Amino acid sequence: MDLLANLGLGFATALTPVNIAYCFVGTLLGTLIGVLPGIGPTATIAMLLPITLSLSPVTALIMLAGIYYGAQYGGSTTAILVNLPGESSSAVTAIDGYQMARQGRAGTALATAALGSFFAGTVATLVVAIFAPPLTAIALQFGPAEYFALMMLGLITAVALAHGSILKALAMVTLGLLLGLVGTDIYTGAPRFTLGYPELADGLNFVAVAVGVFGIAEILRNLENEHEREVVAQEVRGLLPSGEDLRRMVAPILRGTALGSILGVLPGGGHILASFASYTIEKRISKTPERFGHGAIEGVAAPESANNAAAQTSFIPMLTLGIPSNPVMALMIGAMIIQGITPGPNVVTDEPALFWGIIVSMWVGNLLLVILNLPLIGLWVRLLKVPYYVLFPAILAFSAIGIYSINSNTFDLFAVAVFGLLGYVLLKFECEPAPLLLGFVLGPMLEEHLRRAMIISRGDATVFFTRPLSAALLAIAVLVLIVVLLPNVARKREQVFQEEDA
Amino acid sequence: MIRRHLTAAATILGLSMGGALAQDYPTGTVSVVVPFSAGGPTDTVARLVTESMSRTLGQQVIVENVGGAGGTLGAARVAKAAPDGYNLLLHHIGMATTATLYRSLPYDPQTAFAPIGLITDVPMTLVARKDLEPQDLAGLISYVKANKDTVTYANAGVGAASHLCGMLFMSALQTPLTTVPYKGTGPAMTDLIGGQVDLMCDQTTNTTNQIKGGEIKAYAVFLDQRLDSLPDLPTAKEGGLEGVELGIWHGLYAPAGTPEPVIAKLADALKTALADPKVVERFAELGTKPVPADQATPAALQAKLTAEIARWRPVIEAAGIYAD
Repeated sequence: MDLLANLGLGFATALTPVNIAYCFVGTLLGTLIGVLPGIGPTATIAMLLPITLSLSPVTALIMLAGIYYGAQYGGSTTAILVNLPGESSSAVTAIDGYQMARQGRAGTALATAALGSFFAGTVATLVVAIFAPPLTAIALQFGPAEYFALMMLGLITAVALAHGSILKALAMVTLGLLLGLVGTDIYTGAPRFTLGYPELADGLNFVAVAVGVFGIAEILRNLENEHEREVVAQEVRGLLPSGEDLRRMVAPILRGTALGSILGVLPGGGHILASFASYTIEKRISKTPERFGHGAIEGVAAPESANNAAAQTSFIPMLTLGIPSNPVMALMIGAMIIQGITPGPNVVTDEPALFWGIIVSMWVGNLLLVILNLPLIGLWVRLLKVPYYVLFPAILAFSAIGIYSINSNTFDLFAVAVFGLLGYVLLKFECEPAPLLLGFVLGPMLEEHLRRAMIISRGDATVFFTRPLSAALLAIAVLVLIVVLLPNVARKREQVFQEEDA
Repeated sequence: MIRRHLTAAATILGLSMGGALAQDYPTGTVSVVVPFSAGGPTDTVARLVTESMSRTLGQQVIVENVGGAGGTLGAARVAKAAPDGYNLLLHHIGMATTATLYRSLPYDPQTAFAPIGLITDVPMTLVARKDLEPQDLAGLISYVKANKDTVTYANAGVGAASHLCGMLFMSALQTPLTTVPYKGTGPAMTDLIGGQVDLMCDQTTNTTNQIKGGEIKAYAVFLDQRLDSLPDLPTAKEGGLEGVELGIWHGLYAPAGTPEPVIAKLADALKTALADPKVVERFAELGTKPVPADQATPAALQAKLTAEIARWRPVIEAAGIYAD
């Protein structure tokens, strides 16, 4: 069996003491960096790239990969504890995870994230090992028309993210879309809504927007009331999930893993949808959708699994074709080139030890993450006992450092302040930030793919219906729209809303 | 009167300090701004060169990625930085094209910088989806002319190397094609591999691996001689196409006013880096090579910059595309 021989080679490579050590260093660094809001894996890997030059290529890449998925994991820690998502994926985790933390269930939420991530990581590693080449072929079938249909589907399901008024959710998605328009139009080079600031030429910085509307707004809200200044409830109940919790999280983890594994392979931004989509699905099929947004454990388990699975499978286009599906993968390709390895389809034949070593190290890294993080949960939760006059300034300072590090640009810091205020105002109007962020992320991609599909088809709009994949995705989108608009479903929504008000 | 004396004293003091500084230079970390995102081709070039320069200068030379606005944000940052030799800029041909692509820049590319030297001239390759019919460049030219309404050309956005190369290619053929812009080379290459678009012309740093892997088809290199890394690939001239020679040249700059001895020291370190066997080897894998030693000089870079601004101004103005 080829696969077994290949995995054997991978284990032999990944389990050398040096590689285990650097895998550990990578995941540890990644976790720490992920915990600091703003400082993302891209900045970290860019900073550490020179250090890895002295290591052997496989060791260097194992460490860099460790930073990447470690950061994916660490990012959810701050999202859960203090409502500070550093990436689009953890923005979803923040919705229910932070509510769980406010109810004193931070430990459970963190453990759920860790277990879900580990399971998803294990499955996704196998997916990469077995299906990398066929999945690549499918991913390449995705042209602009298909991506447009996929984003459309994502955007329509975004409305379901909100747990309040559907009108407000639509308004937030639209505001997000508008904010996403800021920047240079890639087709004509014309600047849009940049107000003459060259710093806006590439659009608003996602992290600045996310940290502003989620984290800073939350801090402002906490400072309102002098007697209730708390990030979460002081009383922290049971660190580990109960039997009931475990029962609730199994199916969402399975579904999230499956969805994330598939979406992660798409280099045109599929991985961004993974956590949003899995959250939406859980809420849709749940018998008690009203619990979502108020600390539903499914709302943490599903997106965390999806996100981690997608993080693993996003290696597939990089490993099999040498094309980057996100900035981190671009850096990994840069690291390979600097190490003298030619990224592309030849890696698997020319450097089998490297290829399989990296794949196996992903699983090893996920195992290390669980070992590292389960004991740390107690420590993280204790962090919440830090008094607000220490914690809030610290959060602000770390956010500022992180955001500055992305582009070494002070403009982004002003953007955080502006979006913090905006987020606070939105909180006051009970508008939720999650649909806004989804609109902000998907809007530009929706437009980009729509216009590209139209350019390639020379203005023929039927291209979206004549290409089978695109047509299928759009059909699903219409179906979702009908379900959302069906009178009885709408009434149920309203009832739920009234119950919440009552 | 007193003020004048003070100014003079300050100037002398400044000069002597500058002298002392230049002698000991560098005493701290040198930062090289790359005005593009980490992991891209320019970043890779910068990291290879700075790693070697660190060893020569005995101080850390670090790469700082300040991306955005076609490289003009990073360039503006260095233009305004202290001219002490600790703030450098590594930029490519965009230094010359942005002079026209942007009608208002916060700096003058010709005067805001003290050139240090040229680094490399990355050749351009004309590539296509692997199942495009024509077998050679001559066949492609007649195919493109016959199917000009359906052939699509991908580029990585306004001002990108692939955009400039596309302009040259189309003007040489006198055939405007449907241009499909992307946000960077990565997604453009993905769609080319996936067969969503027909043609692209990009740097060997981006295309060599995919050509060797058989994921895309290559028709020509836009250079006067064949590449060592792709010896079977004919030049444009061999295939009957004139006037499309294009190299994406990279240069190292300091802010204007950086002391002469510091520039000289940096130029020497650059020259040493470009002769470093490791750098030469890595460059070769990327399908490029360091410029000859006499090009890694301030004078050569200044001449190149001036000439290239003049070369691209009419091309860009004729295309009527601006980035602001």
